[in-house]
Amino acid sequence: MTVRTPVFLLVWLVISAAVFAGSLALGNDYIFFAGYVVLQYVVLGTAWNILGGYCGYVNFGSAAFFALGAYSSVAIYKLITENDFYRMPIPVLMLIGGLVSGVVGFGMGYLTLRLRGAFFAIATLALAVVLQTLVVNWDFVGGSRGAYIIRPEQIEPIGNYIRYLFLLMMVLAVAGITIARLIEHSRLGYGFASIRDDELAAEAAGVPTLRLKLIATTISGALMGMAGAPFPYYIGYLQPSSTFGLDYAVNSIAMPLIGGTTSWVGPLIGALLLGSLQQIATVTISSAVNLLIVGCLLVIFVIIAPNGIVGLVHTYLQRKPEDFVGRRRVEAEMPGRVP
Amino acid sequence: MIFSLDLLINAVVSGILIGGFYAAVTSGVSLSFGILDIVNIAHPAFIILGSYIAYIVNANLGIDPILTSIAVMPAFYVLGSGIYQVYYVSFEKRGQESLRGLAFFFGLLFITEVTLVLYFGVDYRYVEASYIGAAWHFAMLDIPFRILVPCLVSLLLIAALQIFLTRTFVGRAIMAVAQDQLALRLMAVDPIKIKRIAFGISIATASLAGAFLIIIQPVEPSVGREYIGRIFAICVLGGMGSLPGTVIAAMLIGIVESLTSTFYGPSWAPAVSFGFLLLTLAVRPAGLLGR
Repeated sequence: MTVRTPVFLLVWLVISAAVFAGSLALGNDYIFFAGYVVLQYVVLGTAWNILGGYCGYVNFGSAAFFALGAYSSVAIYKLITENDFYRMPIPVLMLIGGLVSGVVGFGMGYLTLRLRGAFFAIATLALAVVLQTLVVNWDFVGGSRGAYIIRPEQIEPIGNYIRYLFLLMMVLAVAGITIARLIEHSRLGYGFASIRDDELAAEAAGVPTLRLKLIATTISGALMGMAGAPFPYYIGYLQPSSTFGLDYAVNSIAMPLIGGTTSWVGPLIGALLLGSLQQIATVTISSAVNLLIVGCLLVIFVIIAPNGIVGLVHTYLQRKPEDFVGRRRVEAEMPGRVP
Repeated sequence: MIFSLDLLINAVVSGILIGGFYAAVTSGVSLSFGILDIVNIAHPAFIILGSYIAYIVNANLGIDPILTSIAVMPAFYVLGSGIYQVYYVSFEKRGQESLRGLAFFFGLLFITEVTLVLYFGVDYRYVEASYIGAAWHFAMLDIPFRILVPCLVSLLLIAALQIFLTRTFVGRAIMAVAQDQLALRLMAVDPIKIKRIAFGISIATASLAGAFLIIIQPVEPSVGREYIGRIFAICVLGGMGSLPGTVIAAMLIGIVESLTSTFYGPSWAPAVSFGFLLLTLAVRPAGLLGR
């Protein structure tokens, strides 16, 4: 039943390769533009879920961690173009972005996670405002005017640069869900689940709760930062108020909650569904309306379907076979008794 | 920077006045988060809603924003009670308030903001009243009425709330529901009903705070976000659920913010409250006048 991690990884790499090849075959680069955003949300949702879904701690500052990654890329880009030496490859930028966000996540967690959960949530919310203040006042990365990044038009083997970014984000998404799944089936994951279910009991049973929570915030923050690092190259013009926008925060919360928070499948389903829906709605209706749709879906789902789509499917599947098997057994033992 | 006594005194005084306004903004959260333990991060959204209602009535009928907001308070109370009912049935009863309850309020915040953007756009809106623009001049002091009036009304509101909480039966029941629900039930009081009333009152204060906000500064839908950090910083710094603590903390943060924006530039002011929040959480989580 449970697939081993290397096999899991291999399967997803094959799927990704197929998706990439399929998109190439369609011959329209818009697919890559739209797909990049969806994949970015897969990473953000998965990262949010590692802390939110597994440990039960709500992070409202996804935008802040994402923007930290993006702005660390901008800072490095400025540093390099102004001193005119080596151009840094994007995977390295992603690692740096992940490092910065991971460190900030650790620091935030250390200051607030020793207290009740709500304080962490509030602190993350305020973090976005403060980091935005810092960036607005930091002229080196463009301040409130924003920063331009000139990306190369083409990249050697695959052509248009957007395809390269898409590929990178796809690899990151696969890495993200593999990490999430790995955590889920490890000691770490069981520790996280014990925190989510009853932190006091977990503490009493000897689970090092603070350390586990710090691991979760660091991993989650780092993944968000890595998702943000290539963003300036994607968008070309980075501006604080949109990078720190509430839509990243609400999307990365809505996607896991709508998909289902208890396993890696949930954020993936949520992000793919909601992300594609948004891409379609942005083109056909308007971007403000599609955010409204996400907000309403979020509220409806948390009220009506607490375990998201995965939970709905799960209860549906669980009920049916049991009834069926039970019926068959009764039928076998007492023929003709069951209508 | 040349140090000037003139600037300093003016900054401190306007900080105290702005602090009075912050106290009104925070009093609702002190009730819901401080006493009832409901992390209502959508509170600023209701404040902005209050601002827009004051704006619409003012723009169309020319009625004073504060009067409008007082008239609208019952409607906000009903809205608040309704939201608490949904929150109770969907989350508190099932014991899911920590994750899904928070997401619920976040969703409300987001929906309100986006709806306002869709209807009114992102233009700044403002109100007109006789006292906006007028000011008192003392020796070296400038006291603009547009800040003084909200401050005074806000202090009145908080005094009334404090009297209500300590002197009336319902008020004391609200204080009690935070401590021991079972004991309250033994006194033949329904804790859910008490919480519903308290949450209704907490949202009702948002109507008044919204009117103050639009008197003090022009408002656009996302202004509320700046207030989230500030509100919770004040609430935590003051000591959860303590109204006198809220007033002191609000004035403290008001003064520090005002000094920061006078001497370093207004774009740095939002960072102040966050610094206070982290510092309080790290050093004294119980706050200034914590129980």
